[in-house]
Amino acid sequence: MSYVPHTDADRKAMLATIGVRSIDELFADIPQDVRYPQVTLPAPLSEAEVMRELREMSEYNADLDHVPCFLGAGAYHHFVPSVVQHVLSRSEFYTAYTPYQPEISQGTLQTIFEYQSMICGLTGMEVSNASHYDGATAMAEAVIMAMSVTRGKRRKAVLAPTVHPEYRQVVRTYTQGMEAKIVGDEDLGADIGSLVKHLDEETACVIVQVPDFFGALESPAALTALADATHKAGALFVVAADPISLGMLKPPAAYGADIVVGEGQALGNALNFGGPYLGFFACREEYVRRMAGRLVGETVDGQGRRGYVLTLATREQHIRRERATSNICSNEALCALAAGVYLAALGKTGLRKVAELCYHKAHYAADAIDGVPGFQVERKKPFFKEFVVRCPMPAAQVNDMLLDWDIIGGYDLGRVDARLADRMLVCVTEMNTRQEIDDLVAALRAIGEGGGE
Amino acid sequence: MSEPLIYELSRPGRTACFLPELDVPRADLPEEWLRGEDPLLPEVSEVDLVRHYVRLSQLNYGVDVGFYPLGSCTMKYNPKVNEDACRLPGFTGTHPYQPEETVQGNLRLMYELQTYLQAISGFAAVSLQPAAGAHGELTGVLIMRAYHLARGDTGRTRILIPDSAHGTNPASTTMSGLEMVQLRSDARGNVDLDDLKAHLDEHVVGMMLTNPNTLGLFDEHLREIVRLVHEAGGLMYGDGANLNALMGIAKAAELGFDVMHFNLHKTFSTPHGGGGPGSGPVGVTAELAKFLPGPIVKRELDEEMCEHGEGEEHSDECYFYSFEWPEASIGRVKAFYGNFGVMVRAYTYIRMLGAKGLREASESAVLNANYVQARLKGVYPLPHDRICMHEFVLEGRWPDAPDVRALDISKRLMDYGMHPPTNYFPLIVPEALMIEPTETESKETLDAFVDAMLKIAEEAHAHPELLHEAPHNTPVGRLDEVRAARQPRLRWTPPEG
Repeated sequence: MSYVPHTDADRKAMLATIGVRSIDELFADIPQDVRYPQVTLPAPLSEAEVMRELREMSEYNADLDHVPCFLGAGAYHHFVPSVVQHVLSRSEFYTAYTPYQPEISQGTLQTIFEYQSMICGLTGMEVSNASHYDGATAMAEAVIMAMSVTRGKRRKAVLAPTVHPEYRQVVRTYTQGMEAKIVGDEDLGADIGSLVKHLDEETACVIVQVPDFFGALESPAALTALADATHKAGALFVVAADPISLGMLKPPAAYGADIVVGEGQALGNALNFGGPYLGFFACREEYVRRMAGRLVGETVDGQGRRGYVLTLATREQHIRRERATSNICSNEALCALAAGVYLAALGKTGLRKVAELCYHKAHYAADAIDGVPGFQVERKKPFFKEFVVRCPMPAAQVNDMLLDWDIIGGYDLGRVDARLADRMLVCVTEMNTRQEIDDLVAALRAIGEGGGE
Repeated sequence: MSEPLIYELSRPGRTACFLPELDVPRADLPEEWLRGEDPLLPEVSEVDLVRHYVRLSQLNYGVDVGFYPLGSCTMKYNPKVNEDACRLPGFTGTHPYQPEETVQGNLRLMYELQTYLQAISGFAAVSLQPAAGAHGELTGVLIMRAYHLARGDTGRTRILIPDSAHGTNPASTTMSGLEMVQLRSDARGNVDLDDLKAHLDEHVVGMMLTNPNTLGLFDEHLREIVRLVHEAGGLMYGDGANLNALMGIAKAAELGFDVMHFNLHKTFSTPHGGGGPGSGPVGVTAELAKFLPGPIVKRELDEEMCEHGEGEEHSDECYFYSFEWPEASIGRVKAFYGNFGVMVRAYTYIRMLGAKGLREASESAVLNANYVQARLKGVYPLPHDRICMHEFVLEGRWPDAPDVRALDISKRLMDYGMHPPTNYFPLIVPEALMIEPTETESKETLDAFVDAMLKIAEEAHAHPELLHEAPHNTPVGRLDEVRAARQPRLRWTPPEG
């Protein structure tokens, strides 16, 4: 099965029109000694067989429909209303390319314009682009944009140590050829107030994550102070935000953000083992011409009818080539469509409710876990839906034992730093029922009493 | 025909989502953190929401609507079984940080896909992490840079790129902190060998080459180009955007490429989603494998899992799959492991076609392009009159219809119910119309396209105003792009008062 519709008669007629006798003649330019190599692949399957094979493979996994899970750490299990998948399954959306021809792409263009509007509504920013690959690459693009805003004269980015470790890695990967200095995250225990010492005339931006990777919320006053100090030093203040939290928490614009980025997966996209997700990217209007990625703008046609187009394209690689703001071309349009449908389905009060459900359930879980002998919740700062639990043994060991209880535990912070091996980052969302939380607590109690056997 | 913005459908108090009641006690809220005012989001009922998006979908053109010969984008039909496969709840409901023993199905699929892409390309190792073609380019160029630096060869700062290349190639070069040197093409559409030789020296990191190139032509001097670049100490980067011409026809590694990205969303039939998600895995030679972004999937024999007799082949269940980090990795290019949902679709496609089917797909892609080229040449100027690969480039202009441009031809095609070709690219062909039919289109569809193009050529001479004013039958006419850029309106704002 190759989805090729030609009959033998078609092929013969087409070859005759071209003026060759066989298909082989079309490949005469390919060096003969490497033409038609042996390609070793498994024998083809029918549709029924391939679905059986894939279903079997998928059932080798423990999926979250069947196993309670307390993992977050940048990918979140939230409820996705049925309408999201139904809209995404409209093949007029999913089989279209990037909307280069606006007259026959108004569907994609208007949904992106609406998505941009909603991201601005959430973050309090003035401009949002059409999406990046994920939260991590959106952050890397923010660093590059900050360097560009300062015309390349400032090449230092200050990263809070409480930014997602994989995001910090991606920032370093992206900028490794750019003579950029990435500082601030050397000491995982450092306070965000201490970032001020890195501010100087070299600094392009300061980046914080809110709530931070460990779930904690700094005070708005502390963040505002850091933003003010950043601005005073002539640098941009970049905030990585959890979009669900913005249903109830202050938007980053309120405490001085110039650029807001983040992982948009939680907005209507399945966990999907890490992708496809979408990075959202929003900023203040004055920086729009330094922004990476696609932007959709409103305009009119010759008869004055409202319509939407890709705009400010002179920033982009297909026009500007080596002088473009980024190399990005394909982004995550369909995931952004999911985010838009999700936000429209929930609306302003629905998103607040989801955020509050997460908040209350996470606090219920934290209180209960704190009451388990040997386990202690770190609660120096307020938190939203994730919190750190200190365990009486390595978190990896706790997680192994939780698997015997058919529970997927929290994120083992020993993966970030060996000194944190006894800490677990627990995430609770509206998808975790009270029963699941109670079961987790009971399991931890048994594990604690068993002394780690 | 126009559809209101979802904000314009909003009425306070409506919602399309009913959430569960809180089943735990309420905790104290962090007063200093509360936002006070709800975010500016629309409030709509479920039925209004569904109708809104369905009506918007009807303003869109996709492969499922009709012929989409958008050059360089490989808009082939996207099989529906791919969509069913990637939505299996055992895949979609897995968290990226689950213990490896709870995601063996995912890891096995990724391992197999790495192996399949190696078999198709001849490379020794593949990373599935990059999320799109340009992301794969950045990855590949960083690998080339790392290779030279690891050898202590710090003087290499330039990447050679032909003038026919996609804009992402020079942009990826700049992002890698390297300098782009543009090479000319010769009269037959190949890389100009003299220009190449003039720029080869000890400062060259390597060359980025799309082959077949964006003219749809297989470079007739490829072997010579590879030899020259390698002799100068450089590496060959293959832009896999045009791999649809070569599956089972030639392997990139055997042609001499050292690194190449694949576009799963072009060659391997995963849908483009209106601009993503894509997936841009990178394949490399054994020498470059240690620089790949991490993590990648490996497997080890787990004797405990095996239930077979002595001497029998190990079945897939005998292996334990896990992540590993290449020893000199350039680092992560993305959080987590790549666009897994896209990988499932590509895996499904490769399993359905097998080696024979993939070759048949490439052969038919090339047959279709040559057929359309043969029927249109003579009517539309064809700057490089050669057997093409999976696509070809015409000029959309005539000396005796001086006011007509490629853009007009494209817009007029919409009136005939078809998606236009790529316009104004590659840059080296004036008024370029870049046509890629793909293998999944029937002769009847191709003939209908050719007939429309021939009719438009007639109209261009007899009634050029029909083209200038096109499209006539679309939801909106030509949009004022200058106004959009000069007075940017990039989000909805509530009406004043």
